[in-house]
Amino acid sequence: MIRVVLPAHLRTLARVEGEVKLDVQGAVTQRSVLDALEACYPMLRGTLRDHVTQQRRPFVRFFACEEDLSHEPPDAPLPDAVATGTEPFLVVGAIAGG
Amino acid sequence: MSKVRVLVGTRKGAFVLASDGKREHWEISGPHFAGWEIYHVKGSPADLNRLYASQSSGWYGQLIQRSNDAGKTWEPVGNKFVYDGVPGTHQWYDGTPHPWEFKRVWHLEPSLTDPETVYAGVEDAALFRSTDGGQNWHELPGLRGHGSGPRWHPGAGGMCLHTIVQDPSNPGRMFIAISAAGAFRTDDGGQTWRPVNRGLHSQQIPDPDAEVGHCVHRIAMHRSRPGVLFMQKHWDVMRSNDAGESWQEVSGNLPTDFGFPIDVHAHEPETIYVVPIKSDSEHFPPDGKLRVYRSRTGGNEWEALTKGLPQSDCYVNVLRDAMAVDSLDKCGVYFGTTGGQVYASADAGDNWAPIVRDLPPVLSVEVQTLS
Repeated sequence: MIRVVLPAHLRTLARVEGEVKLDVQGAVTQRSVLDALEACYPMLRGTLRDHVTQQRRPFVRFFACEEDLSHEPPDAPLPDAVATGTEPFLVVGAIAGG
Repeated sequence: MSKVRVLVGTRKGAFVLASDGKREHWEISGPHFAGWEIYHVKGSPADLNRLYASQSSGWYGQLIQRSNDAGKTWEPVGNKFVYDGVPGTHQWYDGTPHPWEFKRVWHLEPSLTDPETVYAGVEDAALFRSTDGGQNWHELPGLRGHGSGPRWHPGAGGMCLHTIVQDPSNPGRMFIAISAAGAFRTDDGGQTWRPVNRGLHSQQIPDPDAEVGHCVHRIAMHRSRPGVLFMQKHWDVMRSNDAGESWQEVSGNLPTDFGFPIDVHAHEPETIYVVPIKSDSEHFPPDGKLRVYRSRTGGNEWEALTKGLPQSDCYVNVLRDAMAVDSLDKCGVYFGTTGGQVYASADAGDNWAPIVRDLPPVLSVEVQTLS
């Protein structure tokens, strides 16, 4: 079970509290986690990635295991601790605006 | 008993203000979508419980929210705005070609007759339509594709399609306006378009009388007389008596003819309202006095409406979508400011009072009249 922590605005949008738990089939990557997340919560489509290009929105960051994974290739495996559910995959709204 | 519902979009959420026909005491609900920019909220004329809201954020992009119960509850609907075909380019600030990129929805205009049909004016300028209650959006590509699109360029606020006016007497006719391209009209339901800017004169562009390139801020129409249009341009208040074929300036005795909103009295098609703003570099009222100006002659002759409005040290702005009228008798007039006040007049502008004083900066104000 993959654990995902969403920022507050997106928890409100998805009407969830706390962590989201997802079943991810196959390799656990940014893409497969986000695909599973959007499949469970379709209202999140377009808020994390561009609808067409699938590129991460500029002020959205992905952290896990105290690392910034935002610039990792979307099909790169996520850390084992994320894949096993030991650590959550953090979706973070970047600090911006002063 | 008549009621009114004022739908307010702000920089940090939406608010719904409700009152009975006296319009003295108000119930305020919100913020809905707290923390998000709400560029526009508008109700369907065909179903007063059906509302649409444009919700956006620099972090998480664009969402469209829909309510079927007059704003008590909301559900996110479709937010996929993809330009038809190869998007092409428009002019950038430095005159170079710049790819069309979707940024946000500025204005939502529900169909006059079908609650499931709604138009969206977006930045970078284009017109989209949904016929399934906002679930799916498709561009009406004839607007960007009519020929002048590559010459359009953004105004200071971005290249936005901000005004959509439907002709109630002719389902195929619609007017839109773009900053800074100008006004356009379709007569075939949005398939083909042409500029309707003859008579506009803008010193800020190389050819002041160009076919496109004018910074139109807002267009208003009275339902009973759809061939007559009123326009607040960047500078100049304009009038057309022939559905946009030609325009004449009616700024008359206004203290400044710069401004953003313009609207028409619900029962008097020759009575119009503007809020003069000092200049395009000083976005506040002249002399620190917040004054709505009313013309009962369709322009040229204007009177200042000041009772109940701050007449000293007031330096707010009133944005293009932030004025609306109700259809009660007497006509109510409403506007919101960048200082977070929403003012109402229950007597066509003679007297004003704030409904609320301390909202986030107001981006849009719409009114529903409930009988």
